Amino acid sequence: MNFIRILFNYFIFPGFLFTAIVGMFLTWIDRKVTARVQMRVGPPWYQPYADFMKLLLKETIIPEGASKTLFFMGPIFGLISMSILAVMLFTMNFSPENSFAGDLIVMIYLLALPPIGVIIGGSASKNPLASVGASREMTQYFAYELPFLITIAGIVLKSGGTIKFGEIVYLQRVNGPFLYSISGIIFAIVFLLVIQAKLGFVPFDIPEAEQEIMAGPYIEYSGVALAIYKITKAMMLLLLPVFMISILWGGVGDWWAILKLLLIIVLIILIKNTNPRLRIDQALKFFWIFLGIFAIIGLVLAMKGL
Amino acid sequence: MGDFKLWGLKKSPWVFHVAAASCNNCDIEILDVLTPKWDVERFGIVLVGSPRHADALLITGVLNRKSLPRVLRVYEQTPKPCLVIGVGTCTCHCHMFEKSYNVVGPYDRHIPVDVFIPGCPPKPEAIIMGVVKALKRLG
Ligand code: SF4
Repeated sequence: MNFIRILFNYFIFPGFLFTAIVGMFLTWIDRKVTARVQMRVGPPWYQPYADFMKLLLKETIIPEGASKTLFFMGPIFGLISMSILAVMLFTMNFSPENSFAGDLIVMIYLLALPPIGVIIGGSASKNPLASVGASREMTQYFAYELPFLITIAGIVLKSGGTIKFGEIVYLQRVNGPFLYSISGIIFAIVFLLVIQAKLGFVPFDIPEAEQEIMAGPYIEYSGVALAIYKITKAMMLLLLPVFMISILWGGVGDWWAILKLLLIIVLIILIKNTNPRLRIDQALKFFWIFLGIFAIIGLVLAMKGL
Repeated sequence: MGDFKLWGLKKSPWVFHVAAASCNNCDIEILDVLTPKWDVERFGIVLVGSPRHADALLITGVLNRKSLPRVLRVYEQTPKPCLVIGVGTCTCHCHMFEKSYNVVGPYDRHIPVDVFIPGCPPKPEAIIMGVVKALKRLG
């Protein structure tokens, strides 16, 4: 019985299926808001689902000379890690006592897997543009990971040195969210920009630049493999804001969480629509020098208890 | 299930733009279709950067000795099922370039074209109607 319950958790709720369906709905919100910003009408609500069904119908081509295993490992990596992350995030939000020591670290690792999958898949494609995209993805990953980790360190500091995710959520439920302090606001700003980069949205869509390197690491993917990449992106669009709400804004236990989620997503979309793409060196400088120092200021303030 | 997937294909054709040797007018008209005024994203049509992601190829311009191998290559790289839509009079027959020494004739002699959209250049409305007609042919 327990085994069936675990399978249900991983594949249906709150794992793969639930996250994928809600995430695809959020990608529709993304496209619709983008369209409204550009004064267009935008696609109907079923558009992401239609895209997904169509990609399942299409032929999947493996480029000549590419390593088949590595080529398919790229998308699968991201999908599996995001499903596990979904289960962990939601169960620990609803019942914080399930948390085990160090699960925050596990979550950081799981969040690192999708970009690694993209890098593996892109390098295995045997396409020069895909290699350029993969190398940019790698640089960008190193760029945004520094402020991200400083933020996590600050949150651990604010919660009294615990690396238990459930405990962080529980402490906020008792003492009020971490966001309502100076250092909390600084961490929220840093985290928002890191989410933007993790999702590959516009100021930081350098690896998949459609106009210059034709979708970068994704260039050789078609059919089912491309569908898996799309679904992973959609799941990340749900999970990253949920992660942010859980560690900074009081967890997703109540109905307010839906409003918070929508607010964060609309903010991300607006940043996406009002900025031009950066160069990779500019992105590196932005994350390491500007956001890094900003996050360290937050860390010092958190140490002072502000 | 098959019907459902076909519904997906009809509702979200991603197009790739192949400029085989056009005088640029047809290309501009294709870009017009993507502007807010006509907004084809309403129908799920998105311009993609790689032929691997494409469901429909919008081909413009007259086919000549230099561009024929490239066009064939792009067609082979596109995952099937895919549609081929010829935009402009140049693709229907050879237009005013007919007598030219390096023109290798109309498209349907070389690759299967689903619809031709005549006009020099065709209006954006005509291009949208052509894509819709091509989708209707899918059944
Ligand atoms: S059909 Fe006319 S506008 Fe289009 S490429 Fe040919 S000559 Fe140019």
